Amino acid sequence: MDVYQSLERLTEIPGPSGMEERIANAVGELWEPYVDTMSQDRVGNLFAVRRGAGEGERRRLLIAAHMDEIGLMVSRLEQYPKDSDNAAGYLRLSPVGGVDVRHLFGQQVVVHGERDLPGLVGALPPHMLPDDRQSKAYNYDELMVDVGLPLAELEELVRVGDFISFHQPLRRLLNDRVSGKSLDNRASVAAVAVALKHLSGRRHDWDIIAVATTQEETRLLGAFTSAFSQQPDAALAVDVTFGKGPGAKDRNVFELDDGPALGIGPNVHPGIFKKLQEAADALEMTVHTDPHARYSGTDAYGLQIAREGIPTGLVGIPLRYMHTMVETVAIPDIKRTGRLLAEFVASLDADFLEQLAARMMEE
Amino acid sequence: MDRELTQKLVEVYGPSGFEDKIRDLIEEEVRPYADEVRIDPMGNLIVRKKGDGSGLKVMIAAHMDEIGLMVTHITEKGFLRFTNIGGVYPHTLMGNRVQFADGTIGVIYSERLENREKVHSLEKHYIDVGASGRDDSPVEVGDAAGFLRPFLAQGDFLTAKSMDDRIGCVVGIEALQRMDSTPHDIYFVFSVQEEVGTRGAQAAANAIEPDVGIALDVTGTGDTPEGIPMAVELGAGPAIKVKDRGMIAHGGLVRLMKQRAQEAEIPYQMEVLEAGSTDARSIQIAGPGSAAGTISIPCRYVHSQSETVNAEDVENSIRLLVDILSKPIEF
Amino acid sequence: MNELLRQLTEATGVASDEKEIRLLIRDLIEPHVDEWRVDTMGNLLAVKRGTGERSLRVLVDAHMDEVGLMITDVDSDGTLRFTPVGGISDRTLLGKVVQINARGGKKITGVIGARPIHFLSAGERSKIVSVDDMRIDIGAGKKEEATGKVSVGDLATFVTGYQELGQIAMGKAFDNRAGCAALITLLQREPYPFDLHAAFTVQEEVGLRGARVAAYGIKPDLALVLECTPAYDLPNERDISPNVMLGKGAAIYVMDRSTIQDPRLVRHVMRTAQENEIPFQIRQPGGGGTNTAAIQRATTGIPAATIATPARYTHTPAAMINLKDFENVVRLAEATLRNLSSELFERQTSTA
Repeated sequence: MDVYQSLERLTEIPGPSGMEERIANAVGELWEPYVDTMSQDRVGNLFAVRRGAGEGERRRLLIAAHMDEIGLMVSRLEQYPKDSDNAAGYLRLSPVGGVDVRHLFGQQVVVHGERDLPGLVGALPPHMLPDDRQSKAYNYDELMVDVGLPLAELEELVRVGDFISFHQPLRRLLNDRVSGKSLDNRASVAAVAVALKHLSGRRHDWDIIAVATTQEETRLLGAFTSAFSQQPDAALAVDVTFGKGPGAKDRNVFELDDGPALGIGPNVHPGIFKKLQEAADALEMTVHTDPHARYSGTDAYGLQIAREGIPTGLVGIPLRYMHTMVETVAIPDIKRTGRLLAEFVASLDADFLEQLAARMMEE
Repeated sequence: MDRELTQKLVEVYGPSGFEDKIRDLIEEEVRPYADEVRIDPMGNLIVRKKGDGSGLKVMIAAHMDEIGLMVTHITEKGFLRFTNIGGVYPHTLMGNRVQFADGTIGVIYSERLENREKVHSLEKHYIDVGASGRDDSPVEVGDAAGFLRPFLAQGDFLTAKSMDDRIGCVVGIEALQRMDSTPHDIYFVFSVQEEVGTRGAQAAANAIEPDVGIALDVTGTGDTPEGIPMAVELGAGPAIKVKDRGMIAHGGLVRLMKQRAQEAEIPYQMEVLEAGSTDARSIQIAGPGSAAGTISIPCRYVHSQSETVNAEDVENSIRLLVDILSKPIEF
Repeated sequence: MNELLRQLTEATGVASDEKEIRLLIRDLIEPHVDEWRVDTMGNLLAVKRGTGERSLRVLVDAHMDEVGLMITDVDSDGTLRFTPVGGISDRTLLGKVVQINARGGKKITGVIGARPIHFLSAGERSKIVSVDDMRIDIGAGKKEEATGKVSVGDLATFVTGYQELGQIAMGKAFDNRAGCAALITLLQREPYPFDLHAAFTVQEEVGLRGARVAAYGIKPDLALVLECTPAYDLPNERDISPNVMLGKGAAIYVMDRSTIQDPRLVRHVMRTAQENEIPFQIRQPGGGGTNTAAIQRATTGIPAATIATPARYTHTPAAMINLKDFENVVRLAEATLRNLSSELFERQTSTA
């Protein structure tokens, strides 16, 4: 597989939280060559299982990468002028996930109505807004999506509750960096593919359940439910983390192209953290430590507390401009993350869980 | 729809955590139609109607509890300070009346207003039950009160203190009563503690682990003067929820609800709500997860003592639910 | 001196780094329980077998973690950046001594210094300093020296010795070592009429995370949570409740932001207190949250109640409790347990 091409494909497909059907198909195509079985559950999680070589009852590791992305939803249809018969129709918006409203004006979007409609996010110019709004950022009362159709026609095609995704093809930047929408978290989906591919040429004792989770951006839905239904022995969340760059120069941000960051803190089992670090050492790969004092803001938060608790780790791919349409990552970091995941999996033996348990009490 | 039943349900006491009375009332109504009735440790009333074995396991949730107040402190002169149970807002309180479980009635007022344009926060309000000190107060710290307001029906315009969500309970009860046969194994859950964080439904869903979860609850409207802009109106039919503050509904279930409404020629509207959520939120994420959504009854003035719904919308909500539950559910 | 409280409060156990307190408690309870285990989150779960008179599965929870600080980065001058783990107000941190539990088990002392008053403008003197602008100084001269001793992600806690002044005890982490001490004491007593499942849980201070998985695993019929609750019984002109007061007895919860306690269980606890003449007070309903919330809804619904020792100045380097209150919590919890029966939970339901 070619990482760039995979990302190009993954990021062009819409998948706002709650509308993951299409992206699930694309992830399935990407992962399928390297796994034994695939399935989907009621909340849309996509499971890809690669059986291990271990004897008897094998241990199972769940690797979760969310496939949903932030987006928008139609909240109302309006027309202007109000009293005209063939007036233009406009769509009012509601955010899906953590959308920064300041980025919306001027974006190209796709409205997922009866069919996909290209549109633009527009608003009145500042001088036509009320005085107290003229020097403020646009808000949802001011922004609307325009698909260039009269209301009568628009009503045939679009209803309240239809999803809207961002339109932004992947771009190549210098130094093997790429930029586009939804690299949070398609970069991790690609990294999992890299890992699965490596593992198809390598012995591993544990079964791997790769899961592309749904609705992470809104409520970690896929993490809670998949960890509950699969009951894995251990779990990893793979997600993006903050890349160092304009506006993010302070602490706990990570240089692009300098290796992944390993989460540490209450959401992470220290034994999994250590094992990940050992895997990096074995590869002579630089990794960083990403501290989360309470809430990691990733699937790890949900995975860890399923049922009686699951030892969970967190691997992050540094990404600049998170939750914008120009999210930027370094392709080598994606490859490194895939290699690291594979090395970690291959290093798991039958005794690993006992080692984790012993950590809790060693004096 | 049954207005007599509605009046009975909306007037009874039942703040979150203290649902015994409303539960008894609903239990009486549903028992003749149920294959199984039980009360779980949280206090949810779980009413099962068995299917013919060909369908799915479906959980329907309508919450019995209502918002209310709890006494936090009794002043030396016998006034009761209180905190909110669920979403109680200061601007709905002045001059209103509440009732405690033992029947004690109190009136609410606030400390002196410096500016009548601006209401005080909850902490500066109090309940007066006519006591003169701590010793003769009939109420203790920790006692819960519900609002007191008679049911009002003017044509199809129905108003009460606890339409949220006794009207959802009415929809659930009547759907159960009207349904002939169903392919599905259905659990009607009359849930507790929704107003404090959809807590009852969480425990019930953990026990039931349904394939499909549907909440019956009220939603806001955008049809009042200079109100919050929203596409839902009173009288335009049940609202099929796509998104609210707590969840995004299952896409396949939303499509199925629309399709059933269209086939049966039931008026309906689509809903995107910017605030609030329903029991479907808890059902969706419980255990291995379920396909979850909500049939909303449009309601003006939610969380005031004059919550208002339209009788036709209620009737159409019942029809839609019966239709969905009587036929196969496929996504 | 109450040796149990001294040992427990002086041990460290910031949320997610509870090993030291867990080992201490394990040693203290081992002679008094029939089995114990540690789950993957780090909860210490023990069973004290009962006489078998009543078939009830009872969970008693006390969280053993405490609030603290996490090292997030090392500056070039060797000082450490940090962030709170759990609810610590910025106001409490200036001029405090902390101890870092470094990886490998070493303890490193540090101080949170500040700009001298001489350098402050008039405006700055009344401003709260943000934790982002504070550093922990361990005496390192430069970055490399510090990174050799501590790692990003290490946790730190306050350093406060336990002291007693008559009925009052002072120390750190009464929230919730007071609850742990009560639960340990309950385990030391005679067997109960049923098996007692004791859970010393982790990560309460960062979102009730340990209790959730413990309750899911144990699946009890009911639960009792032993806690420590803030008391605001300081001079106050207004006629408002101080939440609870030191010296007025065991605090019983009715409702907080996260739970409405099971009314049947609350009635049982209050009646038990009255019958046994154990001083008690109702904790003012309102804010806050305890493990009761996580336990109540971890499975198919678990009736739960909370009994707490009042403490002034929780979530600071030094809190204060009244030892009589603590004793009353133990008495009330024990009497509550010994009186428990499943009839308490039979609901009166009308029959059609």
